Amino acid sequence: MIQVFVKEFNSFLNSLIAYIVIGAFLTGIGLLTWVFPETSVLDYGFADLDTLFSMAPYVFIFLIPAITMKSFAEEKKMGTLELLLTKPLSDWSVVLGKFLATWALVFLALVPTVIYYFSVYKLGNPVGNVDSAGVMGSYIGLALLAMIFSAFGLLASSLTSNQIVSFILAAFLCFLIYMGFDSLSSFGGNAALFIKQFGIIYHYESLSKGLVDSRDVIYFLSVTAFILLTTKVVISSRQW
Amino acid sequence: MLLLHRKKMSLSVSHLTKVFGQQRAVDDITFSIEKGEIVGFLGPNGAGKSTTMKMATGYLPATAGSIQVNGLDVATHSIQVRKMMGYLPEHNPLYQDMYVHEYLHFIGKVFEIPGSKLKSRVAEIIELCGLTPEQNKKIEALSKGYRQRVGLAQALIHNPEVLILDEPTTGLDPNQILEIRKLINQISSDKTVIFSTHIMQEVQAICDRVIVINKGEIVADDSVNNLLAAQGQSDVVVEFEGEVNSEDLATLEGVEKVTLIKSGIFRLKAKNGADLRAEVFKFASERKLSLIGLRKEENTLEDIFRSLTVKETVT
Repeated sequence: MIQVFVKEFNSFLNSLIAYIVIGAFLTGIGLLTWVFPETSVLDYGFADLDTLFSMAPYVFIFLIPAITMKSFAEEKKMGTLELLLTKPLSDWSVVLGKFLATWALVFLALVPTVIYYFSVYKLGNPVGNVDSAGVMGSYIGLALLAMIFSAFGLLASSLTSNQIVSFILAAFLCFLIYMGFDSLSSFGGNAALFIKQFGIIYHYESLSKGLVDSRDVIYFLSVTAFILLTTKVVISSRQW
Repeated sequence: MLLLHRKKMSLSVSHLTKVFGQQRAVDDITFSIEKGEIVGFLGPNGAGKSTTMKMATGYLPATAGSIQVNGLDVATHSIQVRKMMGYLPEHNPLYQDMYVHEYLHFIGKVFEIPGSKLKSRVAEIIELCGLTPEQNKKIEALSKGYRQRVGLAQALIHNPEVLILDEPTTGLDPNQILEIRKLINQISSDKTVIFSTHIMQEVQAICDRVIVINKGEIVADDSVNNLLAAQGQSDVVVEFEGEVNSEDLATLEGVEKVTLIKSGIFRLKAKNGADLRAEVFKFASERKLSLIGLRKEENTLEDIFRSLTVKETVT
């Protein structure tokens, strides 16, 4: 697993992918948080980072599928998947290695935004008047959300050998699990809350209040595990 | 006794069958390869060579039957088997955006070569495969011959006991083919090698033994020399100046069949592989005919291949 992780991560760093992902994410989020008047923290006047945490998932919906779209699709097309899977690596270690590499790259893009927190911290009146627990919880939520998106990206990539199909499918799946259930719940009547709990927003918002509830964490972990399991099954399906 | 005998086998395939939907890609094939043998796996395109190899590496599961490598079943001990095996898939897939030494380093790590030895092993294999001048290039920048060497290098990095090469020389120019063959010969001294090809000369040049497969079935499994002897016939092609009656030629001793190729040129098929040249010469001098061509044609492996695989298709 570690070999695949290192290889994948290096290939992000050695190609332009890592720099474009980090650059695009930081530029987009930076503009939204500090420059564009409708969403800017400076114009808003309150010392919080809601803009960052509410906009980042939408950026991720496009960014993460872009990172993952080639991971299996290209290997299938080039035939290197056969090479990889005839080496002494289990299917799991290939899936997990790729998953962790993707997640690590997203993490790397997220780390510089900690500066935003310090800026808002310093700008607060009095200094430090910011909901630190909420920010902490939101970061955890964002990292967990990226985890699910990465898993969906890999699943979509494993289903096809066409990168464009992979990208669109992954973006759709991420959109669906992030917003879909939330929107669906408005039709739900009595079951509204139940339906809402399938979606990410419900748990993400709960985490961003600064309360790390084990139920929310378990939601993220179990959804990711399920998607990765599905991916592994898809990869192993050649054995049927 | 049987068990002991089995242990010596590097690769033993028994009653292997693979069905894709309606199509039987591999149909109940059984063979085994001893340690140190070099076996050519021969067959027309679509005969089931690659499928068999993919099953041997554990990439595809068998529909029925089993494959054992050094006594370990591929289906149940997949990871252990893969550690003993070097595999060069068809079309030689490579990570184009990696550097040669980076790629070999990665493969070495996958095979869990300890870090202290890895560097020297990569250097050794680069040297062995003649990649030294290209080692700092990206794989996408390499010519096809060098890519093939990289493919071989990745199959060899962990010094496997069994080497499976799926069409290692396709698409190379004649010089490169010779170089790759030389390389295979060089590395195969202490290894069991099975490689597929549809080029007959290659089998003659490298292999001890040849397995011919057609439509998923084994049609021949023998040493190259035996196969040539068993199937081999020698025809004589004779060319006269002027017209000769083919019936006269048919009366010659030892002639089984006379075929007219062109006016004055005949192909004489001999009974029991007898040499007809002396007879023909005598015949010509007796009748005062000018003999302008007399050539013995031995069956090549190519003819045997054709007769084996085409015959099977007809029946």
